[in-house]
Formats: sequence, C-alpha cells, structure tokens
Amino acid sequence: MAKVILDKVSKTYPGGVIAVHPVDLQIPHGEFAVLVGPSGCGKSTTLRMIAGLEEITSGTVSIGDRVVNEVEPRDRNIAMVFQNYALYPHMDVRENLAFGLKMRKMPKAEIAAKVDEAARILGIESLLARKPRALSGGQRQRVALGRAIVRDPDVFLFDEPLSNLDAKMRVQMRAEIARLHHSLGATMIYVTHDQTEAMTLGQRIVVMKDGVVQQVAAPMELYERPANRFVAGFIGSPAMNFLSGRLERADGLRFVTGQGEAVAMPAAFAPAAAVVGPPLVLGIRPEHLELAPSGAKADLTALVQVVEALGSETMVHLGVAGGTFVVRCAGQATAAIDQSLGVNLRAEGIRLFQDDDRGLALPLA
Amino acid sequence: MNSRRRVAKAWEMVWVHALVWLLVLFAVFPVLQVIGISLRPGDKLYSTKLELVPPHATLAAYRIMLTEKPFFHWLGNSLLVSLATALIGVALASLGGFALSRGRFRGRGGVLQGILMTQMFPATMLLLPLYLLMRKLHLVDTLGGVVIAYVATALPFCIWTMKGYYDTIPAALNEAALIDGCTPLSAFMRVTLPLSAPALVITALFSFMTGWSEFMVARVLLASQDLMTLPLGLESLFTTYQTEWANYAAGSLLVCIPVVALFLALNKFLISGLTLGSVKG
Repeated sequence: MAKVILDKVSKTYPGGVIAVHPVDLQIPHGEFAVLVGPSGCGKSTTLRMIAGLEEITSGTVSIGDRVVNEVEPRDRNIAMVFQNYALYPHMDVRENLAFGLKMRKMPKAEIAAKVDEAARILGIESLLARKPRALSGGQRQRVALGRAIVRDPDVFLFDEPLSNLDAKMRVQMRAEIARLHHSLGATMIYVTHDQTEAMTLGQRIVVMKDGVVQQVAAPMELYERPANRFVAGFIGSPAMNFLSGRLERADGLRFVTGQGEAVAMPAAFAPAAAVVGPPLVLGIRPEHLELAPSGAKADLTALVQVVEALGSETMVHLGVAGGTFVVRCAGQATAAIDQSLGVNLRAEGIRLFQDDDRGLALPLA
Repeated sequence: MNSRRRVAKAWEMVWVHALVWLLVLFAVFPVLQVIGISLRPGDKLYSTKLELVPPHATLAAYRIMLTEKPFFHWLGNSLLVSLATALIGVALASLGGFALSRGRFRGRGGVLQGILMTQMFPATMLLLPLYLLMRKLHLVDTLGGVVIAYVATALPFCIWTMKGYYDTIPAALNEAALIDGCTPLSAFMRVTLPLSAPALVITALFSFMTGWSEFMVARVLLASQDLMTLPLGLESLFTTYQTEWANYAAGSLLVCIPVVALFLALNKFLISGLTLGSVKG
C-alpha cells in the first residue's frame, strides 16, 4: 500500500529563506491529491522533497511504510512527470519509455512488452521511432506520461504537467490523467497553480500560500467552506467577491462598508450575535448574487461596469460600495454598461472572514 | 524612389564584398607567401619576389622534411602531448563545468571568478614559476610535465565553455534520469554528456590546439632532442650559420594540415559550439 505521509516536513534554503513551513499531510493509497497555490507558495518544493530531488530540512517523508528521507530518488519507486516534459532528446520515444526499465536491468523482452503496453494505453504506438523534437507538445506530454506508467511506480508525481500546453490540449490531457488514475488506481500527487485543474482532478486538494498549508479538503468542501479568505479567493472562477466593513444591527442586519455604504443582509442570514461590531470581510460567490428585477426592492444597488456574454452564462461586473462584484447570470443577461441595477445576496452563499492577515472564516451559523 | 533604393543597396553590397575580400587577402597573404617559399629551389631562398609559384618550383623541401628530418618523431610527440591534453582537459572540464553549473555550494561564485581571473595573466609571466614548480616535481624535460602545463592553461576556458553549455540543458532531464534509476554519475554519463557533444568538441579542439601549436612552454620545459614537439622541431631548423627557409616553410605547412583537417571535419560542431549559450534551446 503506497500511502504517502509528510510529518512536519519543512524546507529552509541556505540564507534562511523558508520555502515550506512544517507540513503534515497523509495521502492514502490510491488517492489523487493536488497541491495548489500561487507561484512561490512551496507546492513544487514539497513535491520535490517527496521525490528526493530536494533535501528535507526537518520532518520525515514516508512512502508506504518506510521513511525515505535518506533514500535516493531512484530507490523510492516513484515516477515524475515534469512541466517541460524532460524527455531525453537524444533518445527516440521507445528508448525514452524503456530507459527507466533498462536502468533497473529488466530483461529486454519484458521491457519491449511493457513499452508496447504503455504506448497502447496512451495511443502513441505510431510515435515510438520518433525523437522528442519531432513531437507536438501534447504528444511529448503523453510520452512523459508513458515513461511514468511503464515503470509501474508506487506513487506518481506531477509537477505542473499541463502548463506548457495550449488550452484545448490541456483539457484533453486533464481528462487523460483522470482516466489514467481511474484505471491504475495508483497514488498520485499533482502540483498546479491552476485551480480549475485542482478542482477537476483532485480527490483532495491541499491549498498552499507562502509555504504554509492553508486548507486540505475535498474540492466541493473547499469551494463551499473555505477555511480563510485566501482559499475563498483562490478557489473558484470567477473569484469570490469581497467587501470590507462590519455587521450592524439596525432595522434588521446590515453590512456597512468602510465607505459607509450599507448592504442589507437577507432576512435568512443569521450569523452568531458575537460577530456584530468587529471589522469583517464579506465574501459571496458570483452565482450567489442575483440581479433584481427593475423597480423591485434589492439588498444593494450597483452600476454595471462590464458585461461578458459567454453564451450559456453572462458575467456582469458591477461597481459596488467601493469595490467590484461579479455576478454570474444563467443565459443572457440584459444588463447594459452604466446601468444602475439592484442586486440580491443569497443568504446561503454569504461567508464572513476576519479582516486581518489570516482572514480566518467565521463559523457558519 | 524604389529603383534608387535598389541601386543604393547594390552599391552597399559591392562595398561590403570589397571590404571582405580585402580582409581575406590580408589574412591569407602570409600563408600564400609561406606556400611560395616552400616551393622555392635551394638557390632562390633569399629571393624577395612575391610570386606564389616561383620559377623552377620544387617539392624538394617537403621531401627533405618528411624523409631526412625527424619530422614524424616530432609529429608523434606533438600528437601524444596534444591528445593527452585534449583527453585530460575534456575529462576535467566536463566534470568541473557540471559541478559549477548544477552544484549550489559555498564559494561557487568565488571559484568561477577565480578560474576566470587566471585568464588575465599572460603565459610569459607564468613561465618562471611554472619552471620552478616543474623542477620541484621532477617533471622538467618530460612530456608529462608539458601536458600538465597545457591542461592547466586550457582548463579555465574549457570549464567555462562546458558550464555555459550545461546551463542551457534543463536540470529536469538530469532529475528525470535520477528518478528513472540512475546514480548521479550515470545520469551525467547517460543523459547530460551525450547532449553536450558540441561543447565537448569545442573543448577537445581547444585543448588539442593548446598543445599542438604551443612553443614557449615547451621550449622552457623540454631540452632533449628526443622529446621535441613540432614547434620545437621547426625551431631547430634555425641554426647559427644557416636557416633552411624552404624546409621551414614546408614544415610549417605540414604542421597545419592535421589542424585544418580537424577544423573541416568538426566544422558543424564548431559553429554550434562557438555560439553556445547565445540562444536558449
């Protein structure tokens, strides 16, 4: 059983720069875990420590039942897919796929059988005699995947494998990786800065920022119950809308922004009484906002800034109380630029965060 | 307007080509003169005429150099010294350059600058300390001593060339090999080194050339007739009473042949090797 356990694993570079603060993480056998976060958040460093390509400053990494801190990468029985494919340019595709098996002194006939099988799974049989430079980006990444699966490793590591591909190929390869995980049932750890990739691929997502794990949860839990303001803003596209201010109780509950504008809270919104008073950040996702019919009473009024018609839905950007809100409307919205509109907040979509550096989410009522 | 521009462009081409031909003439003229001198018969050695093929041209000087002088013995010594310099130079530079390209260790910057700094001193300045050092090591008048001196001279340039080239090879290739089952050394040998062929060729050629045409260090360190390399052998044609100019010219041209052949053979690598690092691949 190839579970991966990180026990207080940290990385400090010479010179004192802390790349990864102590991380505790348990990835059970067969799970697809995604490390996601912006550039420089420590996700790749964490993956490289699991691979053995980066020294661990403190803590232990275990693969299966053994601590691998002092184990060479070649002895960890892992496979890694790199962002720039890292195919050996002087070898053809067959040699690239066979290299890892050859290094493990597998009999030639067995290598040939395994390479053919991997090529069949990935549909690259016709490319076996080609050199990597004669392949397209998508084909190269497929070969890189093949090089990983042919080894039959305990753990697959992916370091932003789709970042160099165009949008269409990225969607295709994403599906391919998901299919591969389903059919192999292997433990996979995947690093990306793209939250869409994280949400669509991951069974569990680890959100990181500045070397610190912000939240570890299943995709929908992250989306619906973000642990802090960073996670709330990072996960979801378009991002969650935020408004700084405080809750006041006067003629019903209302959220008063720093500029003194008041947003009436829906009657169904009932947070704990204790939150009335201190500075807060209100967060609400675009799909939890609704444009009010003209003339109807609304929680707030706003001026339309941009209208993005995407066909199946429309994103309306609104100027609201000193900030910008994006509203996701099904189908085609009739809003026009500079038009004044009423907006309603759906009570179940409202999240409150502390207005400080940590931005922790307040418990839902 | 258009035709005027075309005429201007044509004139520009004429000028550029004229200038290039002039420069080529300057560069080639001495070589042509040496060819001319090597073909002169014995009684015309001190002629000041500049013809390429002199009257009564003869290949006698070449015959004398190849049959009557110990030319092949000098050639053997030179080949031995140059090949050893190239081999040791490539081996050390390929490993040293890799360490300096990929390693992140304390003092790395200092080492790189120190290596570069050695290039600031003219070789003449180092002759005396080099001689004293070799004497202490009992390496004076040995080919080994000359090889060590040549390797030391060529190594800084070679290390920088190799380091520059390794910098353009993605580190992920080496890492992929480590994960695929290689030791650090086998990853280097199986992946990084085969990809560095252009840099290896230029490093080998530079080291070879250092040994092939070098005169001063060899003159200081070698005394025995037996150990003479080609440049020293040619110098021995100068004697107090007479200089065999035709033989000297023929010998000089014969010395050039292997190097020219090597350059022509490795032309492709050389061009890509010399532009190393200019474009990230």
